[in-house]
Amino acid sequence: MRKIKGKSLMTAAEIDLVLTRMAAEIVEKLGPEEAFAVIGIRRRGVPLARRLCRRIEAAVKRPVPLGILDITLYRDDLTAIGNRPMLRETLIDFDIDNRSLVLVDDVLYTGRTIRSALDGLVDLGRPRRVQLAVLVDRGHRELPIQADYVGKTVQTEEDETVEVRLEEEDGEERVVLLGKTQPAAGTRKARGAKSPGRGGGA
Amino acid sequence: MDPSRKFDRVADVAIDDGRIVEIAPRIAQKGRREVDARGLAVLPGFIDMHVHLREPGREDAETIETGTAAAARGGFTAVACMPNTQPVNDSEAVTTYILKRAREVSKIAVYPIGAITRGSRGETLAEIGEMVRAGIVAISDDGHPVSDGQVMRRALEYSRLFNLPVIDHCEDEALAAGGVVHEGYWSTKLGLRGISPAAEEVQVARDAILARQTGARIHIAHLSTRKSLETVTRARREGGVNLTCEVTPHHLLLTDERVAAYDTHAKMNPPLRGRDDVDALVEGIASGAVDVIATDHAPHTLGDKMLEFDRAPFGVVGLETAVSLVCDRFVRPGVIGLGRLAELFSLNPARILNLERGTLTPGAWADITVLDLGRQTEVRAATFASRGRNTPFEGWSLCGGPAMTVVRGKVVWSA
Amino acid sequence: MASLSQKDLLSIEQLSVDDIGLVLDTAEALREVSARAVKKVPALRGKTVINLFFEPSTRTRSSFELAEKRLSADILNFSASSSSVTKGETLLDTARNLEAMAPDIIVIRHASAGAPHLLGTECRSSVVNAGDGMHEHPTQALLDALTVRSMKGRLEGLKLAIIGDISHSRVARSDTLLFHKMGAEVWVCGPPTLIPADFHLLGARVTGFMEEAIEGADVVMMLRLQNERQNEAFIPSTREYFNLYGLSRERMRGARKNAIVMHPGPMNRGVEIESEVADADYSVILDQVANGVATRMAVLYLLSGNSGLKPGRESR
Repeated sequence: MRKIKGKSLMTAAEIDLVLTRMAAEIVEKLGPEEAFAVIGIRRRGVPLARRLCRRIEAAVKRPVPLGILDITLYRDDLTAIGNRPMLRETLIDFDIDNRSLVLVDDVLYTGRTIRSALDGLVDLGRPRRVQLAVLVDRGHRELPIQADYVGKTVQTEEDETVEVRLEEEDGEERVVLLGKTQPAAGTRKARGAKSPGRGGGA
Repeated sequence: MDPSRKFDRVADVAIDDGRIVEIAPRIAQKGRREVDARGLAVLPGFIDMHVHLREPGREDAETIETGTAAAARGGFTAVACMPNTQPVNDSEAVTTYILKRAREVSKIAVYPIGAITRGSRGETLAEIGEMVRAGIVAISDDGHPVSDGQVMRRALEYSRLFNLPVIDHCEDEALAAGGVVHEGYWSTKLGLRGISPAAEEVQVARDAILARQTGARIHIAHLSTRKSLETVTRARREGGVNLTCEVTPHHLLLTDERVAAYDTHAKMNPPLRGRDDVDALVEGIASGAVDVIATDHAPHTLGDKMLEFDRAPFGVVGLETAVSLVCDRFVRPGVIGLGRLAELFSLNPARILNLERGTLTPGAWADITVLDLGRQTEVRAATFASRGRNTPFEGWSLCGGPAMTVVRGKVVWSA
Repeated sequence: MASLSQKDLLSIEQLSVDDIGLVLDTAEALREVSARAVKKVPALRGKTVINLFFEPSTRTRSSFELAEKRLSADILNFSASSSSVTKGETLLDTARNLEAMAPDIIVIRHASAGAPHLLGTECRSSVVNAGDGMHEHPTQALLDALTVRSMKGRLEGLKLAIIGDISHSRVARSDTLLFHKMGAEVWVCGPPTLIPADFHLLGARVTGFMEEAIEGADVVMMLRLQNERQNEAFIPSTREYFNLYGLSRERMRGARKNAIVMHPGPMNRGVEIESEVADADYSVILDQVANGVATRMAVLYLLSGNSGLKPGRESR
């Protein structure tokens, strides 16, 4: 496992605390509703969605469906880049029609990932309402999109990178801010394009 | 160097009125023009006994003028041209036309080969006697085999009357089965119809038997497999046959792997064979089992060649690469010596075609090929004098090749 | 980041083990799209795909067309009958004319082996070989591999028996190359007149006896026998052919338990395959068709960023 240097934004304990708070907010808003579901955006939205889901289920005392959304096919930069991003399966085995959905992602940045995710959801059905939960909102939006549930809002420079490291994906648990001179941690970064699903991305 | 009389030493050559007058270590008498050939090899003029000049009929692919210019650049002082023009050279009229054009535009000698059968269709004999009178030096249906054994037998019997060699394109068409490449790993891998080596070998065997029975002279064109060569060698060892054969530079240098990228510049008939066959042919030029190296120069327009592999025509050009290739790959490494080279390119073709050539004897026509074994060249089809650009050797760097071509005492080309 | 390194998909030969894995993984991810109510994703929106079919083909062409439509590509269909080919235009002229319309991908089916190579060398567009003569049919082999992997969970270590007219089959060539590359044990079986020279060098065991090929096989793949083969003296009669090489229930007993039967179609019931076998629950012939769309979507998706790359020569 590779260690990443950089300014610490959140510790494991803080992440845990924040997720508990967000789950409570979701329960407060949607709890009374019969049909709602949580959908994680690949990749780091998925473990976050799973954790939120568990906390919500504990609170409402009924199963809450969890879906996984791969937004690759809906990216708006597919024409611009040469290499094709790795495609993974979308796994939503329930009907999203007339259901309230909470989309979950790790970092909200330009808003393009969420735009892609919304397009993807529309192709799958007609949800009653879609809300957005993110662990970190780092600003610099390029589209009129905002989150309904935010773990932490941080001030960043445009050329900095926010890295969310999760036990399930990365073997460690924290959020760090990387300066422009530091190499981005991911290898998935597209040539000349911001890579979605990552703190430094869309 | 003159293998016809086992001559091999440093000497001066004096030429007068188109003929060699004297060859001696030092000729004191001043010449009108002197050529310094120190460090070069002076050989009897090379003859390519298997070319396609395409005229009349396909002047867009080659003409007698461009083809013979290409030959001169390649070190050849004479060529024998195959009859598969449009119309086919199966009559005195076409032969006469070719010779007339050659006199007008060619700086080297052109010897037409007449068709064996009318239209080269393999059915009835062409007017061989009339063509002989007009000037053909051999008969051949090259491009097509004479499939019918009886027709072949008659042609052979008839040819004896004129002591005319019969040059046979050996291919059992049923066995060839519409193939486009050598049958083997590459044909299987590329999904191209294969030509079984048996298609050639069966007819070489038939020809060896008919040569014995009729006593006629048969020359096997573009022989390409080990088994074919063994058949020829065995028949000759048994004696009583007048059987000779030629191989092409491409069959000596390339294997069927060359077609791997569906390059139609590596499509010819017979097809490029496997390693073992290539090795056998190389052994053959060294041992004497092979009599002649001939190019089977077959120019095609790029438009005709840039087709799907199975639809493109067979054939590659060779006049401007043959001598350099053989010098670089076989003479320099010592596979063959200059004497053998002169036999393969000059003496033997002259003997087979009954030409008073292939020798540097005083009194003979001064047809001379001068070689420079140190000359560096790179094969660039774009610079060819030939209209054909379809060479499989594009980009090859070669050391050694023709430096000067002299026909009847006149320098028709020099590097 | 995932991409095929070459501009074109011309053959299985050019693909590495990783490339093949990538196509299969991507195809698996894309299968979900065909299960949706709205079977369309915008991945190829604004891209133009030309389907250039010089040979009649209903299945492959429909499969490609559906794949293209599900990826939202703009499609131009061009078939030999409606083309200028009959007017004597060469393949290259046709290709250059089409190229002038700036397509991103050209899917070509042609009776001449190597025709897609010619196109790939001359065009900026990505070229996908949808079957060229007796050479290759790479997307068919990829969909076969996807089908087998879905059923068996792996390719490595499986025994695959390909039975029938190996000589004239591009599917046999592509499947042999692919399954051999992926570590399966490939057997080909057919009358000696229909096994091409040196086929074992492609990575297959060759036999003339069906029992030997089928014994212990995990996958039995039957090939179509063209009726012409009888007239061309490759086989004495279709009746004798069925007796020696037809797949019957009885012959299937030699295969491994849970073995599956495949056929690239179109089937000749009663010539190479018994109807009962074709319709049996171990027959996955229809899964092959479904997987065909996902596989072709994957190939188109993976190539769609590559047009304009340097034309690739096939590696040997």
